[in-house]
Amino acid sequence: MTDDEFGAVNNLLGRPPADPELAMYSVMWSEHCSYKSSRAHLGGLPTDAPWVVVGPGENAGVVDLGDGWLAAIRIESHNHPSFVEPYQGAATGVGGILRDIFTMGARPVGLWNQIRFGDLSEPHNRYLFNGVVAGIGGYGNAVGVPTLGGEVEFDPSYAGNPLVNVMCLGILRHDQLVLGTAGSPGTVAVLLGASTGRDGIGGASVLASAGFDEAAGAKRPSVQVGDPFEEKKLIEACLDLYERGLVVGVQDLGAAGLTCAASEPAARAGVGMDLNLDAVHLREPDMTAPELLMSESQERMMAFVAPDQVEEVLGIAAKWEIEASVVGTVSSGDRLRVYHNGSQIVDVPAASLTDEAPVLRRPIARPDRIDEIWGRSDPAVNTPLDAALLGLLDDPGLGDRSWIYEQFDHMLFLNTVQGPGRDGSLLRVRGTDKGLAVSSDGNGWMCQLDPRRGAERLVYEAALNVAVLGARPLAVVDNLNFGSPEKPNVMWQFTETLAGLGDACEALGVPIVGGNVSFYNETDGRDIFPTPVVGLLGLAEPIPSRPRPVAEDMVILLLGPAQSASLAGSAYQKTILGALGGRPTRIEPEAGGRSIELAIRLSHVVPGSLLHDVSQGGTLIALAELLIEAGIGAKIDLASTTDAFGEDPHRFICLVPSGQEADVVQLADEVGCAVRTIGLTGGRALSFPSSGIDDIPVDKLLTVWAGSIRDRMQGAVHE
Amino acid sequence: MTVGIVTFPGTNCEQDVAYALDALGAATVPVWHRETSLDGIEAVVLPGGFAHGDYLRTGAIARFSPIMAAVEKMAAEGRPVLGICNGFQILCEAGLLPGALIANQDLRFICRPVQLRVESTDSILTRAATAGQVLTIPLNSYEGNYVTGDTTPNVALRYCDTEGAVTDAANPNGSRDSIAGITNPTGTVAGLMPHPERAIEDFMASTDGRVLLESFVASLESIPVGAGRD
Repeated sequence: MTDDEFGAVNNLLGRPPADPELAMYSVMWSEHCSYKSSRAHLGGLPTDAPWVVVGPGENAGVVDLGDGWLAAIRIESHNHPSFVEPYQGAATGVGGILRDIFTMGARPVGLWNQIRFGDLSEPHNRYLFNGVVAGIGGYGNAVGVPTLGGEVEFDPSYAGNPLVNVMCLGILRHDQLVLGTAGSPGTVAVLLGASTGRDGIGGASVLASAGFDEAAGAKRPSVQVGDPFEEKKLIEACLDLYERGLVVGVQDLGAAGLTCAASEPAARAGVGMDLNLDAVHLREPDMTAPELLMSESQERMMAFVAPDQVEEVLGIAAKWEIEASVVGTVSSGDRLRVYHNGSQIVDVPAASLTDEAPVLRRPIARPDRIDEIWGRSDPAVNTPLDAALLGLLDDPGLGDRSWIYEQFDHMLFLNTVQGPGRDGSLLRVRGTDKGLAVSSDGNGWMCQLDPRRGAERLVYEAALNVAVLGARPLAVVDNLNFGSPEKPNVMWQFTETLAGLGDACEALGVPIVGGNVSFYNETDGRDIFPTPVVGLLGLAEPIPSRPRPVAEDMVILLLGPAQSASLAGSAYQKTILGALGGRPTRIEPEAGGRSIELAIRLSHVVPGSLLHDVSQGGTLIALAELLIEAGIGAKIDLASTTDAFGEDPHRFICLVPSGQEADVVQLADEVGCAVRTIGLTGGRALSFPSSGIDDIPVDKLLTVWAGSIRDRMQGAVHE
Repeated sequence: MTVGIVTFPGTNCEQDVAYALDALGAATVPVWHRETSLDGIEAVVLPGGFAHGDYLRTGAIARFSPIMAAVEKMAAEGRPVLGICNGFQILCEAGLLPGALIANQDLRFICRPVQLRVESTDSILTRAATAGQVLTIPLNSYEGNYVTGDTTPNVALRYCDTEGAVTDAANPNGSRDSIAGITNPTGTVAGLMPHPERAIEDFMASTDGRVLLESFVASLESIPVGAGRD
């Protein structure tokens, strides 16, 4: 807490704060909890649409799927804890996002993770990557929620500060929706779940709201420890309570623990609360009041219950074998009063902890070098097409990701129509003909070059990813991972990103229903690339028929606008040329909308057509992925470097059996989308007749692609 | 014929198994681990998950849950008892099947479809299958590596390649003799690591799980006369 902020607390209370009060303000007014550096800039985002049931500000965004069904979605970061302790950091990130979803009354049905590390040639990065993947699996598998996809990126920018984002989707019936409100005076606060201990004290302020230096290891005690078994019981108990209509409101205990779970619901309901710390069930004796108020012990929920239903709630908790304590009562007025050892130790306006947190207008400055960087042209290309193709497939950010997702249960609940490894995931809503498509996308390299254009492109890429699964975009959540907000250039990246996200969502007509900001992703003063992650939910109704597998004699079509001469921000530039420069191609909202429309219609109208979004690595990588998995070759007409590896937006490929391509062309004409035939499948090699290079056996591509992560991680075992 | 789906705190495949068996014509009922009687229930399944968090050792705590005495009685009477994944681990821990399941050879969780070869067809798990049949069914476990001491188990399923050859390369987790599923000597108690309920509909990895679950449902018709009807 700064001197200014301490002065503000003094003014607000009309006296110096007592120790426990100071603890509460310091954690609630931390960057992580208060969004003090970002809040002034978040107001302009589009958050409204007729199908939005709950927008930003609650524990998760909720949208209407029709026929009485709702979906809840949320994304969060656990970057700093995962650097300090990768397994527990990642595991508790999963636990936290799950609680955000079942707090809304929804059953969590899927998890996605977006993870970024330094180069895998460094042993420490392999240790972090291995630990994070094991932690995500260790928690998600055991808690019983399938992990359905995600994305991964490797770049030296993340070596000192890996990014671990996690997104969760839940499904609920309309009448099961629960909000984070404390209700009216007299309502009783019941603390459910794990006992409170000294783990994670001040995690929100010590870890999440500061950068790292050589003493990062000393912050290990601020990382929480997860218990997925406790969480599984807590999920079932809470869903049981909702089904019986026994709660007025619910708030999970995450960052800032009890302090947040008491003050936020009271502030939302415009009431006060009396909180009795002596009633909290404890993991260890003799905890001080500030420790109790700030502990981030995991797997805890605060339920607000009508007084005459408390006994029944305690009975349900006993059935599911979780602990429960009556810890507070909602009061009239606005005061949050806390009692410890029988005496009152805190008396503050509840809403002041949340609503009166400082709003900073930090300086913003456009980087001096940006025009020079945009003006750079790519160095001359000397790499033959086949060498570039093999080089890109060997990039662990582009190669086979099964080493990651085979460590995650991605089939539980029997709803996984499209699991990990493709553009997006698709899951059925059982008992309906609805399918939920989810994609999450980030691209640090692209956003470093141009944060605004990069962010715009992520929105359109995510939308096309769900469109190729036959789904219409419905809602966006964003996770904004940035360096230190105290640097004006970082604030420029941040505000440019928000402008790009807002414009693109506006143009697409898709609301942003939730988000998270993670600042201070820096080590020893070096900031990460600006890395917004866009999660997008789409609705397919009905679920389209299953795409045909790749076979011999299929025509390969490329749909969407023509590729420009630019390689700026591409994987080719990063991996083959190794030189950042130029300015990424802008989105074209109209052309982008037509590509999305065409992909949706093709999925539904041309049965079995196989669609795949063109993104990192460009058209040839998109095609190679399909061919490698099928073990089938093709004759391909992509001779120039930009044709093969350019990443201009709004493009996708479509494979249909020879003779059926006229259907695709006709539909493309109707929609007003350009279409070009780029090849024909057959044989066991990729051949490029117009280029003069030798045929490349698919087996050779498979070996490189399959080993890109797996071979590098040989022998790495969680410590 | 009613099938009890035994659910411990931490079990997570109970609804999937119930969905699959109901679709095949069985009537399933949930059985909470604190219950002590299986009256009115003809057969039980112990589904997958992490009973009691798998703390201490997989199945080590679950075997002491109150319901297990009734499960043991049911097994002793020759009525069908099936353990899938964590359920298999619990049956081994309870001594209803020989051996134990330890951590996978390469110390990583494995979730992917694997090939299985049907080794015997005289059990509640395989009676509708044919010997040598190759099935594709998802595996989903960290402790799937089957070990035994001197006992020779009755093997129902072995890991194999797509051609049905049992090789070290096709053994995903290091299990002894590539064992994926076993039974008791009479074939009425069975356990397997892969999840047949995850391979029952067209959009899944395969529909090969049906033949195993159909075997189980068919075995409900031939429960020994008078067994357990007290």
